[in-house]
Amino acid sequence: MKRDNGAVKSFPGAQRTLPKSATGIHGLDQITGGGLPKGRPTLICGGAGCGKTLFGLEFLVHGATDFGEPGAFITFEETGDELAQNVRSLGFDLDQLVKDNKIAIDYVRVERNEIDETGDYDLEGLFLRIGLAIDSVGAKRVVLDTIESLFAGFENLAVLRAELRRLFRWLKDRGVTAVITGERGGNTLTRQGLEEYVSDCVILLDHRVSDQVSTRRLRVVKYRGTTHGTSEYPFLIDEGGISVLPITALGLDHEVSDERIPSGIPRLDTMLGGKGYYKGSSILVSGTAGTGKTSIACSLAYETARRGGRCLYLAFEESPAQLTRNMRSIGMDFGPYLEKGLIRMHASRPNYFGLEAHLVQIHKMVVDFDPEVVIIDPISNFASSANPRDTSAMLLRVVDFLKGRQITALLTHLTNGANVLEATDVGISSIIDTWLLVRDIELGGERNRGLYVLKSRGMHHSNQIREFLITSAGIQLQDVYVGPEGVLTGSMRAAQEDREKTAEVARQQAAERREREINRQRTALEAQIAALRAEFDALDSEAQLLCRQDETQQRAVLAARDAAAARRGADKPNGSKPKRGETAL
Amino acid sequence: MTALHAVKSEEIWELRLYTAGRTPKSVAAFENLKRICEEHLPGRYTVEVVDLVSNPRLARDDQIVAVPTLVRKLPEPIRKVVGDLSDTERALVGLQLRPRASVQK
Repeated sequence: MKRDNGAVKSFPGAQRTLPKSATGIHGLDQITGGGLPKGRPTLICGGAGCGKTLFGLEFLVHGATDFGEPGAFITFEETGDELAQNVRSLGFDLDQLVKDNKIAIDYVRVERNEIDETGDYDLEGLFLRIGLAIDSVGAKRVVLDTIESLFAGFENLAVLRAELRRLFRWLKDRGVTAVITGERGGNTLTRQGLEEYVSDCVILLDHRVSDQVSTRRLRVVKYRGTTHGTSEYPFLIDEGGISVLPITALGLDHEVSDERIPSGIPRLDTMLGGKGYYKGSSILVSGTAGTGKTSIACSLAYETARRGGRCLYLAFEESPAQLTRNMRSIGMDFGPYLEKGLIRMHASRPNYFGLEAHLVQIHKMVVDFDPEVVIIDPISNFASSANPRDTSAMLLRVVDFLKGRQITALLTHLTNGANVLEATDVGISSIIDTWLLVRDIELGGERNRGLYVLKSRGMHHSNQIREFLITSAGIQLQDVYVGPEGVLTGSMRAAQEDREKTAEVARQQAAERREREINRQRTALEAQIAALRAEFDALDSEAQLLCRQDETQQRAVLAARDAAAARRGADKPNGSKPKRGETAL
Repeated sequence: MTALHAVKSEEIWELRLYTAGRTPKSVAAFENLKRICEEHLPGRYTVEVVDLVSNPRLARDDQIVAVPTLVRKLPEPIRKVVGDLSDTERALVGLQLRPRASVQK
């Protein structure tokens, strides 16, 4: 069994005023600030079947195995063999401890009908036997279970009482830490008023049944010379022995983390300031039936395991196999992570045992598994097995405990259709940091899921309702359509989106058509321009041709005139140089 | 002496007296025992005195809680009488030397 030794220090009363003897009983050392008063007797009282004997035995066994303090068990009710048998199921090998000389057991049988009293006597025989048991193993711890049996065996009460007083004195003188058990009396703590003799420490065990659910509670009635928790603490007896839950000792002083952990739904992370939940925060997912609370929870579990973190999944509605199958259908296969031990599932019915038992069990599993994330799915079922105040107290303890260990807790809560959505009937809304609300939106003849963040302490979060789709590839969040007709979801949203898509296509087609038309016109114009240019070019070349013809004609005329002049021997006009032969004239 | 004297004459009584040291109570017990035996079982008894202080193991083995305790080992069945035997009537009843009904409260 793992033990939470660090927690002992956190208890403010744990001053070194009184030496203590650690019991090794889960949680008790925390309440008492270190254990039972060392070297003094402690009275453990309670009704039948409340766990007195087990308390004593655990005290001894832990002493012998964990703290190196051998012990003596003086039993008045059961033989050593019976005792060994009773605690074997708790994993204590009493026979071996006896063999190793770590524990001595003496069964003191007192039978009224075998004994006749004929005058004055004392219980020196018992003293000698206890002394023998102590000396045989060097015991530092002694348990007397239950010494009240002596009252059934002897009739001289004056002698008995005097001897008991002497016995407790003697135990103190021997310096042993003694546990004396006593049966609960009508008006007194013990039937024979043992509390008169044992005044250092009195612990009351109680086993009560209310609403058909049994709960065990422990209370430190008195602890001289030390402060101690005075409340009733639930405790549990299971295969690991006794566990006491000192949860209310936790204050509001736990550390906070700025670290974020992704929710496994990217879009949800976006809604939560882009990064997801705070590490060590408490998250509540509430909603009506079938809104996908478990899927949101599983997404976190899956994501955590995918990142290599450990996740403890406490299922109070579905069996692990069923849950695994269902999650596989939406694309989350827990199988490999279950095998790797990253996800541990624990399923039980909330009304299978009392709230305290659940609490203790959660406590133990968390200490044992040390997960990063704990999921409780759903918490609403607890409300049906106990009264709301107890339930909310229990959940408060769970959340407190998990916060103290920096574990992110995700709780789901089934809201009754008739109730207001923004309230939980277990009254824990105030201790929740991030609250997601999933609700069904009934519209256009169909039912869709909507999700929004009701609150999320310490981060910017979206105020938008998102449509929440569970697909074979996991959870997806969609924007809902918010238009003139209000909020549209599901196929109405899809239809609206379709309509928009069609309009878009039409618009695009019109644009394309316009463009094509313009292109066509442009091409036509360009063709016209080309034709005109061709015409222009034709005219141009004709004009040039005409021009050239004209020149040629003119040149020909001139040439003919010159030739005629030459023939006539005419002077060169404009004083031109005389030609050869002209000078000879 | 009554007619219901159940002791057969040939039986040897084996008695053991457990004490814790030499205390006035144990001395008184021993003397009372001797007186009773001499009176009711003359010559037919053995008494062994066991001092538990020097032999505490016997307290455990023989289931002794109170001292002094007188144990009738024989004849069977085993009977235990605690106290210093100053109440002779009850001692006789306890040892079954006298029927229980005759004891006046």
